[in-house]
Amino acid sequence: MTADDRPAARAAALRVERLTVAYRGRPALSDVDLHVAAGERLALVGPNGAGKSTLLRAIVGLVEPTVGTVELAGTRIDRLDRLAIARRIAVVPQLPQLPFATTVEEVVALGRLPHEHPIRGLRPADRAAIAGAIDRVGVGHLLGRDARELSLGERQLVLLALAVAQAAPILVLDEPTVHLDLRHQVEVMELLADLNARDGTTIIAVLHDVGLAAHFFPRIVVLDHGRLIADGPPEDALGEERIREVFGVDPALVRVPLPAPA
Amino acid sequence: MTALASARAGFGGRSRLARRPIALAALGLVGLAIVVVAGVAAGSVAVPPGDTLAILAHRIFGLDLGATWTQAEETIVVDLRLPRVLTAMTVGAGLAVAGATFQGVLRNPLADPYVLGTASGAALGAAVAVIVPVRTVVLEFGLLHGLAFAGALGAVFLVYRLSRVGGHGQMTSLLLTGYAVGSLLAAGLAMAMYLSGTGLRQIFSYLLGGFEAASWIRFATALPLVLGASALILARARSLNGFLLGEEAAAHLGVDVRRERAILLGLASLATAAAVAVSGLIGFVGLVAPHVVRLAVGPNARLVLPLAALLGAILMVAADLTARLVGEIPVGVVTAVIGAPFFLALLRRTRAGYEL
Repeated sequence: MTADDRPAARAAALRVERLTVAYRGRPALSDVDLHVAAGERLALVGPNGAGKSTLLRAIVGLVEPTVGTVELAGTRIDRLDRLAIARRIAVVPQLPQLPFATTVEEVVALGRLPHEHPIRGLRPADRAAIAGAIDRVGVGHLLGRDARELSLGERQLVLLALAVAQAAPILVLDEPTVHLDLRHQVEVMELLADLNARDGTTIIAVLHDVGLAAHFFPRIVVLDHGRLIADGPPEDALGEERIREVFGVDPALVRVPLPAPA
Repeated sequence: MTALASARAGFGGRSRLARRPIALAALGLVGLAIVVVAGVAAGSVAVPPGDTLAILAHRIFGLDLGATWTQAEETIVVDLRLPRVLTAMTVGAGLAVAGATFQGVLRNPLADPYVLGTASGAALGAAVAVIVPVRTVVLEFGLLHGLAFAGALGAVFLVYRLSRVGGHGQMTSLLLTGYAVGSLLAAGLAMAMYLSGTGLRQIFSYLLGGFEAASWIRFATALPLVLGASALILARARSLNGFLLGEEAAAHLGVDVRRERAILLGLASLATAAAVAVSGLIGFVGLVAPHVVRLAVGPNARLVLPLAALLGAILMVAADLTARLVGEIPVGVVTAVIGAPFFLALLRRTRAGYEL
């Protein structure tokens, strides 16, 4: 199902129009149009340097468009302040070296920063969201651990829990499975599908694993050299010819599970 | 999902979000009351703690506790020691809040209130005030206090501006610029000390810090600056918490990174400048107090800031008391003697290293 098949009543969560971003005159993104309806789940794929991360940064207003606009739920992103953006979009962050000992629970609690009371801090609703996110991502066994001592895979799950606790209508992920073993990769994909189905969260994920993208995402957007070259269900967007053309490898190596599973 | 959820079963650690910082705050207040009374009672002329309390109760609340005391004792307590102890309290609290803020914004556990040049700026200002042949006193504030205050703020402003020229005011750039500007100002200080002649002792005593020159008016001027800056920092605890995960993540969590960094650094510098203008340069309290508090309650700024202020106040009053009892040695010496070993122990605990 493509965006066009969805009911017209469904509001646009994100509209990217004619987006061009240039760094020192060199375009990282050229003329990208992307419309995402509320409650969609899409994967962004493409080779290194295709402009995927630039597109994500533009979506959250951290890169200024050279040309074009980004709208969140009908409002131009340059008219929203950081707090308003953080309430609309949660981004799973990278974890830099933490300066102080910080428990996993304290890291997840940071997901509530956009919602907490400026003076009183966390309120019961915030604590419930934190507990819920910890439960859903399954990092309860890590709660009291110092986040600096976690493995890369554990960190990735903890940061996912942070973004889930943020409870924004759009969840953006950049390579959410890169440090995870196969079982956890599948579980994260299932969690994303569950957030999408049960909570109506719009999911936008950058994935390097084309097979994972094709298997778990109904809509695939392919970027190459800063241009959007395909947008549709996996069987259309990730045909054999395109895999060969964009990624420069034999599709048999990628093992895209087409046609999509029933 | 079941495999993920079932992994929770093994959790047995204590939840730090649920800890009771109120108990710690109560403990801190009791501790502060004890050191304040001790600080007012003890000294070259000892006033018994009972009489001290009676004098304080009489003067502050108009209560009569049935004790008798001499006029001299009352003068010592009310005009000499009380402003001194209250100034030490304010300076300790201000430096601790500023230290916690610098550490949080710069994401550097080794940052202290002087990291961006406040100390060298204040020192140079004070030294210049000593060697220029101008003596003005306004409300008990001499040129030394004024130039120390201006020097501290000026140095931070300079560091902040210079660090933005190359890139976009990133933390590493700030720290390195702070170091470079600090070295330059230190050279100026050395030159000023070389030229100061008989004023050398005065400059030196400023560099070591102390509260022997405390007065009610100086206290009344420093207090609102420290209190105001600290309250405004506390009101931005959300931003300070956001910086914990780095600037990019802070932006994703709703923090306007550039603006909040500038405001927080500015407020912390203001508290520092007010503190160093009345007390000189006293090290270690601003570095150590936030770390001790973080060990107890974790890194949440909403808890760290008030508790660090309390601990900083206690440490500074205790250090000043120790300095007086040992025989009017500089407070900076006492805080260094206590603080440096602690700092070393802290470094040994820091296993994962830190990001500059």
